[in-house]
Amino acid sequence: MQYLSRRTAALLVTLVIACTITFVVFHIIPGDPALLMLGTEADPEVLTGLRQELGLDLPLHVQYLNWLKAVLAGDLGFSTRLKRPVAGLIGERLPVTISLAVLSMLLTLVISIPAGAYAATHHGQPIDYIIVFASQIGMAIPHFWLGILLILLFSMYWKVLPPGGFVQWSADPWKAFLSLVLPAFALATHRVASLTRITRASMLDALTQDYIRTGQSKGLPKLSLIYKHALKNSLMPIVTVAGMQFASLLAGSIVAEEVFALPGLGRLLLQAIGYRDLPLVQGIALFIAIVVVLVNFVTDILYMILDPRVRYK
Amino acid sequence: MAVVWKEKQLEAEGRGKERASLFQPPCKRASRVNICVGAVMLLAIAALAVISALSIVSPPNAMDIRARLVPPSKEHLLGTDHFGRDLFSRVAYGGRVALKVGLGSTVMAALLGVSLGGWAGYRGGWWDETIMRIVDGLMAFPGVLFAIMLVTVLGPGMKNTILAIGFANLPLFARITRASFLSARNTLYVEAARALGARPRHIVWRHVFPNSIGPIVVQATVTCSTAILTEASLSYLGLGIQPPYPSWGRMLKEAQPYMGRAPWLVLVPGLAVFFTVIALNLLGDGLRDWLDPNTR
Repeated sequence: MQYLSRRTAALLVTLVIACTITFVVFHIIPGDPALLMLGTEADPEVLTGLRQELGLDLPLHVQYLNWLKAVLAGDLGFSTRLKRPVAGLIGERLPVTISLAVLSMLLTLVISIPAGAYAATHHGQPIDYIIVFASQIGMAIPHFWLGILLILLFSMYWKVLPPGGFVQWSADPWKAFLSLVLPAFALATHRVASLTRITRASMLDALTQDYIRTGQSKGLPKLSLIYKHALKNSLMPIVTVAGMQFASLLAGSIVAEEVFALPGLGRLLLQAIGYRDLPLVQGIALFIAIVVVLVNFVTDILYMILDPRVRYK
Repeated sequence: MAVVWKEKQLEAEGRGKERASLFQPPCKRASRVNICVGAVMLLAIAALAVISALSIVSPPNAMDIRARLVPPSKEHLLGTDHFGRDLFSRVAYGGRVALKVGLGSTVMAALLGVSLGGWAGYRGGWWDETIMRIVDGLMAFPGVLFAIMLVTVLGPGMKNTILAIGFANLPLFARITRASFLSARNTLYVEAARALGARPRHIVWRHVFPNSIGPIVVQATVTCSTAILTEASLSYLGLGIQPPYPSWGRMLKEAQPYMGRAPWLVLVPGLAVFFTVIALNLLGDGLRDWLDPNTR
C-alpha cells in the first residue's frame, strides 16, 4: 500500500513536470509563437490579434498557470487552424492509432515470447543462433524503410494488401483490419527483436534455478516445466519492456502513419506542424507524454502484482 | 523506432542482468569479434563520407535530365533518381550527414547528460531530487516525439536537427552517470581516498569519473545509432535535413512515388541506414561485454 501511494505521488510529480516541459518548449525557446505561426511578413494587427487569442500578451507565469489549470480540467487547447478544441480532434484520430498499437503489440507478444523461450530451451544449438542473429537484424531495420519494402512487395508486386489508407472499422471491419496488417508488422519488427532477446535472456536465467532442477528430478513433463515454471518466473523483465514498448508505440506510429497514409494521431501531428498550428502540436505532444507516463505507471503496478517482493521494498 | 530508449536504458543501467547473459557465458573473444566487425563496417561508412567530402564522385545534386531513373550500371554504380542525380554520390553524401548528426548529437547529449547526472549524483539531496525529476519528465516524451517538438519550434536544418536529437537523448546519459556515481560512493577506493584526505573534487575527477566511463561509452554508441535512426525519421517526415541536400531519410521519402519503377531508389538508402545502425549496435554490444568485469 505504501508502495502504491509512493508511486502515485511520483506519478503526479512526473505529470506536472511533463506539462511544464511542454510549456517551456513551446513558449520560451522560440521567442514569439505568434510570429512563428504566421511568419515574419504577417500583418502587425493580425499578429496582435493572435497574441491576444493565445493569451501571449499576459506575463509568462500567468500564461503558465492558466494553461496548467486548463490542462488539469482536461482542456488541451484550441486549434487555431481547424478552429476546434484539440481534445476533440485527438479523440477523432485516436481509434486508428490505438488499433495500430494494440495490433502490433499483440503481434510482438505472440511472436517474441515463444521465440525467446524456444531459443533459451535450445541454448547453444543452431536454432538459438538463428534466432539471436535474426533479432540482431530486426533491431537495426528502420521501421519506415521496412514499411516501404512491405508496400513494394505486398501491394505493388503481389497485390494482396492495400498500400495505405484506412477504412473505418464501422464501415468494413475486415478491410480496416487489412489496412493495419502491414503497418503493424513494420512497427512490430523492432519490438519483436528486442523482446525476443529479453525473453531469451530472462528464460536462460530462470532455467538455471534450483526449482527447475527439482522439477526435473521429480519427473515433471518438460513442457509444463518450461512454460509453467520457468516462463512464469521470467515474466518480470518481459512485462516491464512490453509496457514500455506499448507506450512507445504511440509515438513510434507517427512515422508509420505517414508511410501508410493512416489518418491517426501521428498524421494529425504532422498536419499541425505543416499548418504551424502550435496549440495543436503542443496538445498532441502533451497527450502522448501523459499516456506514456500513465502506461509506465500501470506497468509498475503490474510489477507489484506479479512480484510480491516489490511491495516490501 | 528509436523510441525504445527505455529498454536501452534498462540494459545500460545494469539492471539488464537479462542483457549480460545474452551470450552466456559472455566471453572476451566473442565481444572482440563484435567490436572488430562493427568497427570495420563503420570505417566503410566513414570511407564513403570521405569519398563524398573530397568530391571524388560527382556532386550529389548534379542533375542529368537525359538519365532519369536509370538502373544501376557502369556509369551510375547505383543508378539515378527521378532528376537524374547519381544515387551513389547521394548515398555517400547522406553518409556524411548521418555521421555528422550521429556524432554531433551524441557528443551534445553526452556532455549535457553526464554533467547533469554527475552533478546530481555528486551533490545528492535536493539537487539530485530536482534534476532527476526533470529527467523523468523528459523521459515521458519518446525520443522521436521530443525531437519533433524541438524541430517544430527551432525550424528544420542540420544544426537544429543535431540540437533536437542531442537534447532528446540527454536523459539516458544523466541516469547512467548518476547511477554509477551513486554506486561509486560506497566503494572502498573512494573511502580510502577520503580517509587519505583527498578533496571531493579530486575524488570525483580522479576516481569516480574514470570508473564510470565504461557505461557512458557504451551508451554513446547506442545513442549514436538511435540518433542516426531518428535523423532518418525526421528527414523522412520532412523535418530534418532540407532539400536539395540528400539525407538517407529524405531520399526514401522522395523515392517512394517511383519505387514501382525504380526499386533501387528505396533499397539503397534504407540499406545504408540499416548497415550503419547494425555496425553501431555490434560495436555497442561488443564494448558492453568487453568492459563488463564479469566477462572472461
